[in-house]
Amino acid sequence: MDKQQAIGKVVSVNESLVGVITTQGAVMNGEVAYIVIEDGKRLKSEVIDVKAGQFVYLQVFEDTSWMKAGDLVEFSGLLLTVKLGPGILGSVTDGLQNPLYELAKKEWFLERGLEVEPLDNKTKWHFTPTANKGEFVTGGDVLGAVPEKIFKHKIFVPFSLQGVFELIEIAPEGDYTIDETIAKIKDKTGAVQELTMAFEWPVKMAMPFYQRSVPDKPMPTGIRILDALFPIAYGGTACNPGPFGAGKTVLQHSLAKYSQADIVIIAACGERAGEAVEVFKDFPKLLDPRTGKSLMDRTYIVGNTSSMPVAAREASVYLATTVGEYYRKQGLNVLILADSTSRWAQALRETSGRKEEIPGPEAFPMYISTLISAFYDRAGVEILKDGSSGSLSIIGTVSPAGGNFDEPVTQATLLSTGAFWGLSRALSDARKYPAIDRIDSNSKYPSLLKKEEVAYLLELLRDGKSIASNILLMGEKGITDETYIRYQKAELLDAVFLQQNSFDEVDGVSNPNRLRIMCDMILKIIDAPLNLKGKDKIRSHFNFVRQAFLDWNYMKIDDANFDEQHSKLLNLIKQRAHVTEDL
Amino acid sequence: MLQKTYDKIDSIGRSILSIKAKGVHNKELAEVIYPNGDKAFAQVIAINNEDVTLQLFSGGFGVSTNCKIRFLGKPIQVGFSDDMLGRVYSGNGKPIDGGPELLTDMVRIAGPSINPVKRLIPKEMIRTGVPMIDVFNTLVRSQKIPIFAKAGEPYNRLLANIATQTDADVIIIGGVGLKYDEFHYFRQRIEEAGSKSKTIMFVHTHRDSIVEGLMVPDLALAVGEKFALQGKNVFVLLSDMTQWSDYLRQVANAQDQIPANQGYPGDLYSQLASRYEKAADIDGAGSLTILGVTTMDDITHPVPDNTGYITEGQFYMKDGYLELFGSLSRLKQQVNDTTREDHRSIMSVMARLLSEAEERVKAQKFGSVKDDYSFRLLDYRKTFQKELMDPFRYLELEDALDLCWDILARYFKKEEVGLSSKLIESFWPKEGQYKILKPHNNE
Ligand SMILES: Nc1ncnc2c1ncn2[C@@H]1O[C@H](COP(=O)(O)OP(=O)(O)O)[C@@H](O)[C@H]1O
Ligand SMILES: [Mg+2]
Repeated sequence: MDKQQAIGKVVSVNESLVGVITTQGAVMNGEVAYIVIEDGKRLKSEVIDVKAGQFVYLQVFEDTSWMKAGDLVEFSGLLLTVKLGPGILGSVTDGLQNPLYELAKKEWFLERGLEVEPLDNKTKWHFTPTANKGEFVTGGDVLGAVPEKIFKHKIFVPFSLQGVFELIEIAPEGDYTIDETIAKIKDKTGAVQELTMAFEWPVKMAMPFYQRSVPDKPMPTGIRILDALFPIAYGGTACNPGPFGAGKTVLQHSLAKYSQADIVIIAACGERAGEAVEVFKDFPKLLDPRTGKSLMDRTYIVGNTSSMPVAAREASVYLATTVGEYYRKQGLNVLILADSTSRWAQALRETSGRKEEIPGPEAFPMYISTLISAFYDRAGVEILKDGSSGSLSIIGTVSPAGGNFDEPVTQATLLSTGAFWGLSRALSDARKYPAIDRIDSNSKYPSLLKKEEVAYLLELLRDGKSIASNILLMGEKGITDETYIRYQKAELLDAVFLQQNSFDEVDGVSNPNRLRIMCDMILKIIDAPLNLKGKDKIRSHFNFVRQAFLDWNYMKIDDANFDEQHSKLLNLIKQRAHVTEDL
Repeated sequence: MLQKTYDKIDSIGRSILSIKAKGVHNKELAEVIYPNGDKAFAQVIAINNEDVTLQLFSGGFGVSTNCKIRFLGKPIQVGFSDDMLGRVYSGNGKPIDGGPELLTDMVRIAGPSINPVKRLIPKEMIRTGVPMIDVFNTLVRSQKIPIFAKAGEPYNRLLANIATQTDADVIIIGGVGLKYDEFHYFRQRIEEAGSKSKTIMFVHTHRDSIVEGLMVPDLALAVGEKFALQGKNVFVLLSDMTQWSDYLRQVANAQDQIPANQGYPGDLYSQLASRYEKAADIDGAGSLTILGVTTMDDITHPVPDNTGYITEGQFYMKDGYLELFGSLSRLKQQVNDTTREDHRSIMSVMARLLSEAEERVKAQKFGSVKDDYSFRLLDYRKTFQKELMDPFRYLELEDALDLCWDILARYFKKEEVGLSSKLIESFWPKEGQYKILKPHNNE
């Protein structure tokens, strides 16, 4: 790293793509460079291509207005990194880890050339050492811990350090900032390094797993259709593609609120700023039932929204992922929600087009699928050195053009993820939220319900769908009462179990216990014999059941009426089981 | 400021020109000087060594290799002052209403976005008096929302209604590719409503160059944003953003950009987003609300498609009606829980029943609708359309909600609608006693 940093000058400017000729020094692909424009502002950028004749392409993370040929370029010699250490939780940063609240103290608008410390370097953290002087350590070993919000944050020997070091000094228990030295280590040659509680890691480099394991434990999300039919596992991956307005973002926000993960990282990538604002202004006011603390305490938000510099979208996704990997190394279950991965892909498309690369389908670069699968591959379960484990799950939305899943980004994502939640316009138009396609969605992970139960419910749904198309063709009179009852059961399953009102405090989340209770009731209804003649009577019966069930859904489980309503529902079912005459 | 003049024009395209020049800034404003001394604006859009590409505000037609280019050493700016209220400007920021040019402060256009932490969560309903909006897709202050409609639908009328019937402090109309009669219509409506003194128009008509059309939203939004920063509640109307996107396509094609979908550039989404995202409720200042028009035939076309991914919903207008399906206000849930207790529930129930009715409409094609319940659904649908979907019928929200109950009661039994017993008790109309709905002739 002690090489002479390269210097160059701008030769071409085309939106965020800038061509540079280096005049001095060697350039590394992926390194950060600053372009110094006329008013002295330094615009951050990244080397994305090194060509013949000292020619280099930069993608600039800021607006390139007023740049001109000849402007000075200073290369940093360092890859684009994220700073890892205590202080990330609860914060909101842009795609380059600038905390937004800190930026707002300087300017109301996101003026270019502004950079602030990624992590608060004033706060003192209470450090308790666990390693001892004289021990031999290597990258990833634990030196001690500090309490951070809801958990004990381990302080590591930076992951990038390879080989064995002697711990020649370790700070005593006490309060330190992330910039203060807490340890000194010595390598074989006798060279000494000072360590602090924070270190950097290149965002595009996946952190190696200590030992990788298979995601096989369902992660409760509180969303019934997912937990029951299309689950995600700790360390698993899922995608929710869908046309605009079908409910991708609402689904992601529900997941952010209710998933039983230790840490939730939201990458608001290229979508509306207002949606990220909702999260970081509301979450601090919401309590996490698992910890009793503010929901924000387990959350980190990376916001590179649609009107922020396009080139930084990619960085924002990788930034979120790297932070996720770091918390996985802490032995925690981390969930990353990326909304929307298509915007990242589009940013790549823009840059690729400007570089005049050969375009693939819909002008996306040919390598798009490789990048997407490499991204999802960073999710997974990790067995750590001390035998404990952590996980990183990734759920990405996809925003296909025209809502058509036959496009490169959706297709590449489908190949890379373990669960597919396809959002459908037909369902969202019918206000059947979450509008996750009941037939076409799938998951390879285990459900919170029994395998047979899942198969049983899915079969009913498929039957319901085919009966519905028969009714369409032949009318209600064209099918038997028995078939009509089956149809009504499928409709009921959909209306009271699969549909869920995300905006209701009670209905919006069903924990595993409640899911079980509801599922038992649904199964009772499906299995109960029903002795009713005539479509009107059948429909009317199911109307009553639906109503009673919905009322029940809106009751808190510890509500005095909860059990009463439960009995009421059971009675409704029993009443109709054996009576032949209408009541 | 140093102004450099160059005359080595390399090539001239439809709206693009390239020239050899030195020391030129990206996005710098320039003047094309014609041999006869006439001038037109241009802007630098790309630089490659000494090859500079400019976008021509008045198009490439008539530009010759013996024109000169003078770089003005400044970016594009727009005037800003209170005196602009009541005035009409073109897409290059010059007044076109015969009035005097104003001496104003100049402000930057297409500036960076506001730091998200300075945004407030939108929470204030804007009452429009349009039932399909107020009841089903409530408009919220600082929302960005377009009308999706075929060309020729009365969308400008609705736009003008909303702007003049609501409580905006400042209205800014950005007309892109307006026909003359549309321009005239807006002007007339604003004057009739007595809103002229709080309105500024930026107008690009079909006879102006496309690059000027491309500028209109930026000018309108830059001025709007300034007023919002001063604490005003600003409405910006943008009609028609499909035209705008087509201009963008033309310019991109002229630059030989690789198109993504149907010839549109790959950055169409980002381009639209950087405009619409100017809508904001600003902490410690005012707000900017954007109502747009996106003409379309097919919702999966790249322009409405990309727009829908950006805006906070859309009002879908068809055959003069505001449709329920296809329309969406993404912000409605921020406000419709505090209007009236039945608002949310009645909204969902009406929608669910209508969607059931739509199924019956499909079934009718197969002649399979034979039962009484289906017939009632179909009648419900007709009444729904007639009573609620007319965007020009003015009803206060409360009346519109009552009307919904009336319609339900006319066609359904209480237990069929799936509303909570509590709401039914409070709102279900007594036998035959409707609050708003006129009885049938045969009733
Ligand atoms: N689970 C849900 N419950 C109720 N309404 C929903 C739900 N999901 C989506 N919606 C409605 O649909 C709108 C659009 O959803 P959103 O998630 O923003 O769509 P997308 O991200 O797919 O464009 C929301 O503003 C809300 O009105
Ligand atoms: Mg969304």
